Amino acid sequence: MTTMIATNLPASPRSLRNKGTDMRYTIASVLTAALVTVSSAALAAGGGKIKDHDFSFDGMFGAYDQAQLQRGFQVYEAVCSGCHGMKHVAFRTLADENGPGFSPEAVKAIAANYEVADEEGEPGDTRPAKPFDYFPTPDVGGNPPDMSLLGKARNGGADYIYSLMLGYTGEEKEAGDVILYENTAYGGYLNMAPPLYGDDVEYADGTEPTLKQVSADISAFLMWAAEPKLVERKQAGVWSMTFLLFFATLVWFTNRKVWARVKHPEDHS
Amino acid sequence: MGTIPQEHYEPKEGTTSKWINDRLPIMGMIDHLQKFPTPKNLNYAYVFGGILVLFLVIQIVTGIVLAMHYQTGEASAFKSVEHIMRDVNYGWLLRYAHANGASFFFIAVYAHIFRGLYYGSYKAPREILWIIGVLIFVVMMATAFMGYVLPWGQMSFWGAKVITSLFGAIPLVGESLKEWLWGGPFVGDATLNRMFSLHYLLPFVIAGLTVLHIWALHHVGNTNPTGVEVRKESLETVKKDTVPFTPFYVTKDLFAILVFLIAFAFFVYFAPNYLGHPDNYIEANPLATPAHIVPEWYFLPFYAILRAITFDIFWIIPAKLGGVLAMFGAIAILAFAPWLDTSNVRSTTYRPIYRWWFIVLVIDFFVLMWAGGQPAEGIVPLVSLLATIYWFAHFLIVLPVVGLIEKPLPRPETIEEAFRAKHSDDDNDRNQSAGIAAQPAE
Repeated sequence: MTTMIATNLPASPRSLRNKGTDMRYTIASVLTAALVTVSSAALAAGGGKIKDHDFSFDGMFGAYDQAQLQRGFQVYEAVCSGCHGMKHVAFRTLADENGPGFSPEAVKAIAANYEVADEEGEPGDTRPAKPFDYFPTPDVGGNPPDMSLLGKARNGGADYIYSLMLGYTGEEKEAGDVILYENTAYGGYLNMAPPLYGDDVEYADGTEPTLKQVSADISAFLMWAAEPKLVERKQAGVWSMTFLLFFATLVWFTNRKVWARVKHPEDHS
Repeated sequence: MGTIPQEHYEPKEGTTSKWINDRLPIMGMIDHLQKFPTPKNLNYAYVFGGILVLFLVIQIVTGIVLAMHYQTGEASAFKSVEHIMRDVNYGWLLRYAHANGASFFFIAVYAHIFRGLYYGSYKAPREILWIIGVLIFVVMMATAFMGYVLPWGQMSFWGAKVITSLFGAIPLVGESLKEWLWGGPFVGDATLNRMFSLHYLLPFVIAGLTVLHIWALHHVGNTNPTGVEVRKESLETVKKDTVPFTPFYVTKDLFAILVFLIAFAFFVYFAPNYLGHPDNYIEANPLATPAHIVPEWYFLPFYAILRAITFDIFWIIPAKLGGVLAMFGAIAILAFAPWLDTSNVRSTTYRPIYRWWFIVLVIDFFVLMWAGGQPAEGIVPLVSLLATIYWFAHFLIVLPVVGLIEKPLPRPETIEEAFRAKHSDDDNDRNQSAGIAAQPAE
């Protein structure tokens, strides 16, 4: 095999160099194809119209706004918690430094507002929740989704929730014994009545509860509920990337030095 | 050890190395691996093998720790994943690294496979090396599929159901086979538990196959961008064509690994869910079918082939079975490339006609990937079918025919010559751009 392949005319350095472009050309074609694939996949996503809201946790250096998470929790407690549970979120996490950051006393008081199953009593018995408990699921009809992971379980995440809150057109229709409400973010009719109107809560920090404000706050809170380690993750990411870039630079110079002797022996003779 | 002459390992008298090596020749093996003669002229297309070894290790290490906290079972799987994400120290990092690690494992394996196809790495004497590689790819796909089931989200459940149901298409034994795979009449606890068991087992099968893959590689030696073999006549000729793996390819591969890790880290830390599907953050619900059941991106090309067959083949193979056969066939056909390719020129660089067909194959792969991610409506089924036909035609028609009709370009006599020609050009360019006449430095 070896000799068979090597029986051609000896090639000049010039022609050899031209061959070197082939792989680059191929790589360029491959990348173009990949780009087309990815961009068309992005276009195909989502049914409704999603507004891109500017959240404090967007971007590589983004972090949650603690005051906003506390306001968002107020909205959850006053409005959402009537129907939606958060069975993966423990009350104790409301005290997280990179989360809402409530004081331990406040967390105890918040937990005590909720009733959870009492595993030491008779079946069906309840007791006030403690910080180590998880947000209970209310016993209501209509199968409202659990909110623990909503921030990640919808295309668009927090932007989607924000757009959904603002996306009601006012159109309604009846389907059987339920009323459906048109929503531009949902891209059709859904069976949740508009939950927020503005002035839904009186904010402890005095922020004016306009519909946009309340919608942004609940969206931020639900993103935190779904991804409580986002701040730690991004901070670790900045350090990791810095280290990798620095190490890669060192290795690049090392590699160049190692190969210099082989690539340019005349410089080293 | 291999077919490439290499300096014999001779430990000094009285050393521990000698004592060990006289009893188990492991010191000699380490020496062989370190100094393995590797062609001088490998380009960055050759870095993916090293990257793949690293990612196998990353997946096994993160996976073992995840398994310490994961609880299989319909009632507990989803919850335990959330426990990992919220309560386990750096659990979020472990899980995101493992999930994105699978994606980057596949990016590297596809790059590695297409590198092999471009440079004719499958040709004699590397057929077994290549076939072991195809086997690794198949086991990787099985492992990734089972791993995706474990979080027990909506896509986990419905993906498992759709893919295992395919086995129902096999004549006579199909239905029984499907129930046997499920461990019962439906996808449930029994299915999830066996997926976990096998997902833990298969990576070690991959590791074993990888040892064979590298063993075969060290026996026959690397290919290289010219496709011209290392001159194996003597130690002297080998030294002219190769460099020892350490330090030359240690530093080069390490650099490539770090660049790859930067891209990987970007996804893990800043876009950890970008490559996933939001529906998998909804707990599995056998009563609610998601609007579109889509596999992970790395399965999309083969998923498109599966869906492309919407008609009975030759009136005897029903469409569903046809799709299953086409999907497995599309992977299996890779293993026959060494015998389907009639050209005795390895590197596509010197194959002026085949080069274009190779580009078509790569584009075809991305078209299939696109089609696999779309709902099967409108133009998508037709595109999938045409792209599937090309995938098979490439191996069954293009590879045999082009090799017979093509007149290859002149190739260099030796690796040494190609390497020197490339770098003396570099020197000229460098000196000219620095305003110095091209002349040898002292």
